[in-house]
Amino acid sequence: MGLFDKAAQKSPWIIHFDCNSCNGCDIEILACLTPLYDVERFGVINVGNPKHADILIVSGAVNQKNQRVLKNIYNEIPEPKAVIAIGACGCTGGIFRECYNVMGGIDTVIPVDVYVPGCSPKPEAIIDGVVKALGKLEEKRKKMKEKGEENPFLPEEFTSELVEIPSLTSETKEPVSVSHNPEEPK
Amino acid sequence: MDLLLKILIGLLTVIIAPILGGLIAGLDRVITARFQSRQGPGVFQPFWDVIKLFGKERFAVNGFQILYVLVSLAFAIGALLMLILMQDILMLIFVLAFSTVSLIVGAMCVRSPYSKIGAMREIIQIMAYEPVIILMAIGMYMITGSFSIESIINYQVANGPLFFQLPLVFISFIFILTIKLRKSPFDFSMSHHGHQELIKGLTTEFSGMQLALIEITHWIENVLYLGLIIMFFGNNIYIGLAVAAFCYFLEIIIDNISARTTWPWMLKISYSFGLGLALTNIIWLYLKGGIM
Ligand code: SF4
Repeated sequence: MGLFDKAAQKSPWIIHFDCNSCNGCDIEILACLTPLYDVERFGVINVGNPKHADILIVSGAVNQKNQRVLKNIYNEIPEPKAVIAIGACGCTGGIFRECYNVMGGIDTVIPVDVYVPGCSPKPEAIIDGVVKALGKLEEKRKKMKEKGEENPFLPEEFTSELVEIPSLTSETKEPVSVSHNPEEPK
Repeated sequence: MDLLLKILIGLLTVIIAPILGGLIAGLDRVITARFQSRQGPGVFQPFWDVIKLFGKERFAVNGFQILYVLVSLAFAIGALLMLILMQDILMLIFVLAFSTVSLIVGAMCVRSPYSKIGAMREIIQIMAYEPVIILMAIGMYMITGSFSIESIINYQVANGPLFFQLPLVFISFIFILTIKLRKSPFDFSMSHHGHQELIKGLTTEFSGMQLALIEITHWIENVLYLGLIIMFFGNNIYIGLAVAAFCYFLEIIIDNISARTTWPWMLKISYSFGLGLALTNIIWLYLKGGIM
């Protein structure tokens, strides 16, 4: 294991995105930072900036409105990155699955590496999920190295695979129906 | 021969200062964690963070960002070298200001509003601390009759530490240090801690290698400021080191017991308390006469 691989294992910075969760999962995620669990002893920092993060932790089910934000955050994280879906909602949509505006689990929008089930999962389970994500990070670093010809300093043209973001402008260009009755002939 | 020795000392400084700064940052995190009754990370955690950042994907908003980061690092190293090689203290202060200014320009050259607000707050911070630092240099000049660090040290070896003649300036310098070390009441342009109301202020748009270089610049600046504390005890470096360590410990305590303030409050308190103390000291020196 090279120095860079070891460093990536030793300092995973996480960014937490609340994707419409009921806050049950969020409180458990924050509980990991408290003195009882203290994930900072593993080098984990809960950062607020996707550009500094390594691991994206998402709680809650994605809906039509916030999928754009989620994709944006995912794209802003530099490689190597991993995504953890927290809770029943994050994994599959959970109790919100059937709602009219909910798209389902996180994996309907961005690629997910680790699923942490439970409603809500215990802090121990979340920490375990982060440890699993570290393994994923290592794999991704290897892939990056192959692309970057064994060079730890990646060439500048290396770009991560971007997730497509639905464009707002095309949505607004669609004709807006003023009729209240869809059956009514136009 | 003399030149060779100087180059050697310079090279050693460039290597040792970031290591020392990183260790100080690591100790800072361990002590902070203990204050909060947590286990906390290891002492070498900051080094792992920086190495990891070097290994991340490089992406920049524009090509100028990395330039400004590098310029900022170069000026910080330059200022540290001026201290170690005992050059002019006034020049040192200006070079150090350039380092901060270039970081501000780097943060201003992107379109993110968070980064811009962070940069503006950094400018306000400069406004708050720069007068005190300049008054410090003036005070030293009034006593020793020279801006050269070498003669300031020589004066202290002959006549005892400057601390006894500049006690109020020293206190206001410690006050200013809280701003410069980015410690809690005054860390509103960029905080050490993960979360802040401005995402990450000044460094919001820097990622990967750029962020790592900014971190190293910050370490070097920290070492430099601790070096300036030692300058008040120029006759005995061990006392100076002890005082510097104590002051840093004090800053960690202040960081842990205080909440972030707003910038008008900081300006008010640093202009009234900080500048007031320093000016009182200078006026007292002037009235005492005989010097200058
Ligand atoms: S999994 Fe349970 S606790 Fe978590 S967001 Fe969904 S409903 Fe709330």
